Amino acid sequence: MKLSLNINNRPGTVDVDGDMPLLWVIRDVLDLKGTKFGCGKAACGACTILVDGDAVRSCSYPAKMAEGKQITTIEGLGTSESPHPVQQAWIEEIVPQCGYCQPGFMMATAALLNKHPNPSDDDIDQNIVNVCRCGTYYRMRKAIKKAAQIQAGSTIQS
Amino acid sequence: MAKVSRRKFIVRSLIGGAGVLVGATYLARNPLRRQLYDLLDDPSMLAYSGDTSQPFMWFEVTKANQVILHSPKVEMGQGTFTSMVQIACDELELDISQMQIVHATSATGNIDGLSTGGSTSVAGLWQPLRELSATLREMLKAEGAKKLSVAVDQVRASAGTIIGPMGSLSYGEVVEGVTEWEVPDAPPLKDLKDYKYIGKPVSRVDLVDKVMGTPMFGMDAQMPDMLYGSVVRPSKIGAKFKGADVSKAAGRPGVVKVVQEDDFVGVVATSMTEAENAKKAILAEWETDREWNTKDIEDMLLVGKGKAMVIQKEGDAEGELADENTSSVLRSEYKSPIGAHAQIEPNGAVAYVEADKATVMISTQVVGITRSEVAKRLGLEDAQVNIIPTYLGGGFGRRLHTPNAIQAAVLSKAVGKPVKCFFSRQEEFQNDTFRPPTHHVMKGKLDENGKIVAIEHQFSSGDVMFGSALLPPVVGTILGADGGAIRGGSFHYRNIPSFRAVSWRVQLPFSTSWWRSLGLLANTFAIESFMDELAELAGKDPIVFRLDHISDDVAGNRLKQVIKTASTKSGYQNTAVNNRAMGFACSTDAGTPCAHVAEVSLTDGTIRVHKVTCVMDPGFAVNPDQVKAQCEGSIIMGISASLFERMYVEKSELKPIIYGPYRMALMRDAPREIDVEIINGTGVPGAVGEPPLGPIAAAIANAAYRITGKRVRELPMSVV
Repeated sequence: MKLSLNINNRPGTVDVDGDMPLLWVIRDVLDLKGTKFGCGKAACGACTILVDGDAVRSCSYPAKMAEGKQITTIEGLGTSESPHPVQQAWIEEIVPQCGYCQPGFMMATAALLNKHPNPSDDDIDQNIVNVCRCGTYYRMRKAIKKAAQIQAGSTIQS
Repeated sequence: MAKVSRRKFIVRSLIGGAGVLVGATYLARNPLRRQLYDLLDDPSMLAYSGDTSQPFMWFEVTKANQVILHSPKVEMGQGTFTSMVQIACDELELDISQMQIVHATSATGNIDGLSTGGSTSVAGLWQPLRELSATLREMLKAEGAKKLSVAVDQVRASAGTIIGPMGSLSYGEVVEGVTEWEVPDAPPLKDLKDYKYIGKPVSRVDLVDKVMGTPMFGMDAQMPDMLYGSVVRPSKIGAKFKGADVSKAAGRPGVVKVVQEDDFVGVVATSMTEAENAKKAILAEWETDREWNTKDIEDMLLVGKGKAMVIQKEGDAEGELADENTSSVLRSEYKSPIGAHAQIEPNGAVAYVEADKATVMISTQVVGITRSEVAKRLGLEDAQVNIIPTYLGGGFGRRLHTPNAIQAAVLSKAVGKPVKCFFSRQEEFQNDTFRPPTHHVMKGKLDENGKIVAIEHQFSSGDVMFGSALLPPVVGTILGADGGAIRGGSFHYRNIPSFRAVSWRVQLPFSTSWWRSLGLLANTFAIESFMDELAELAGKDPIVFRLDHISDDVAGNRLKQVIKTASTKSGYQNTAVNNRAMGFACSTDAGTPCAHVAEVSLTDGTIRVHKVTCVMDPGFAVNPDQVKAQCEGSIIMGISASLFERMYVEKSELKPIIYGPYRMALMRDAPREIDVEIINGTGVPGAVGEPPLGPIAAAIANAAYRITGKRVRELPMSVV
């Protein structure tokens, strides 16, 4: 079926099975490879994207449900010239090791900051529930707090 | 360390004339067998083990004055690429922005003969890479001087430029048009203090790409006109493929071809989803000889059931500890479970097989072995297969076995197009090469002064090194004991008059193999928990007790330094306060001593690790920040394995089959504080990526004991 999708502020149509997980539309039809496949069962969070600002695990989200919604992937979060506060913080804290799960964590963090601009440790523990096998959680927690600071600073400036 | 005995650089023009490829031979000193013995003894001394029979490419100098380093080691998160760039830039006189690093494809020949693993990459490349870089620098100086019409002693190299008295040339300009190079004798290397990047906390070279989500992993690889494959994999232990009824799969939407082989069946379709859906319609037939359950595995694994090999012996521990019934002999048993790798990027590959060649893009830790296995299956020569390694979405030893490359290649050959084929998560959990479960019997005896007279560690494990493609069968026969299973199984308390370690080999009915740090985590859990048990019996402080039993040789003194620093840095206390306590443990792995102090609390039977103080002496940290990152990651992976992770066997199926039920450490389980101190004890880089996994389980168990008074002797820990 033809679906009208708005991904990273770019409206367009794709012709796919509406039940295809949005992850595969993003990765293989639209060729945005930053969103990762980890488990296919919404259990690890590697495929996390934003749907209308909320964190969604795209491996278990039928593509047809994305119609009429604002979809953001890691590619739409920021660029190396103009990184999102979360990406900026990730760079400053040198968070990634293998890096595979990191886009999912950054998207989950962006969603967290939408809800809690200044998250407490408990907010972080309750909302950031993706899996990282390299064990970068320690630096990630620091980066999440730093991202909140950067975001607050940029909001005040603008 | 011995100097390089011989080297040769060759130069080829790059296609399009954009620069030159600079290759080199690096003659490794030791034959394979010697290397494996070194690996058992001290992997930090492992020589680089690349192909030494012909020159191959290390550096590419482009017209735009970028030097591209073709790495024989793969980047799986451990930070090796960053360290290599630091090392090469310092000797090549390059600004770090002037160097790029890529995985060498197998077609370049510059691939490691064994693997990327064992915490040996930076240690093994430390000498060769500096010498190769310095040699290229001298060649550039000589050629640059010629082009500037001055004597070579009139020029110097700086920031990618050869500077003479009257003018200068970029490296890119120097190499242009040169077809013959003068190769100097091994030039002297700089002093450590003169390095600009080596020893400094340089930011990761792959950092921005990883933060921006740039395609770089095996899962991201693609080729033009690519199709998607899926292979049916067994859910049961010991299942042998007998055949399949594919009639219902062939007509499914998007299916291009169903491929039946003697050993597997798979399907190729136009999308990943279609391939996965069609696979579900394949009725595969498996033959199994019996049913397995966890209890069967545990019974097989008991010390005394397998084949014994004494791996360490001093004095007469056997005699001293013979009478277990006397009150003076303390005896304890410990256990660890089956562990899954659970790396987030599943295994798979993109392969394209043509008439007389094959190309495979893949996350692999064994580029050379992957190439040979694919070549053999396709009936091609090794040289006809090009493996293009990608960044790994986690390695941890899982990618030392790559039958997935063969499967993707077979599917590609069947349809004549590139095919991408990956594991599902359930297949990952049920077809892993697991961390083997272990069983340990510790015995020890004290004298009247509370010093250990004799100690013994008998441990039984499934295979790690044995059965691996990394180990030629003949070497297994020579070695006797499994070099992986025994990691951490010996005593580093050499002041004890009698000590003995015995490894029992058990071949389990499912695949067990390399899991980050191999036997180290479980063996250290047993030994270091038992050291606390003995310290209590002796009425001694656990740290003082350990120090009393360490010898005054070089290794012993490095270990003592690490222990004392950890004690001071953590403010170690031997008693529980307000349901909170500290636990200490240490290990020496691959020549690297490491000590942890874990600060834990207990609430409703749940252990929580609040802080870990880690002190490690890897010899020399090329990148102190990334060494710390490896310590932090090892500690969290170790907490995960110590407190949560466990695979079990039910009616021949390995379970769980998904994250969540396979409980792993999440953000909420990670310590809020990890305080790492690195000691540069020798000035030469040693092992980093695995040693800090060693002491964590025992440090937590020792802390928990302070609170509960109950000794936890089984992983994952339960204190209810």
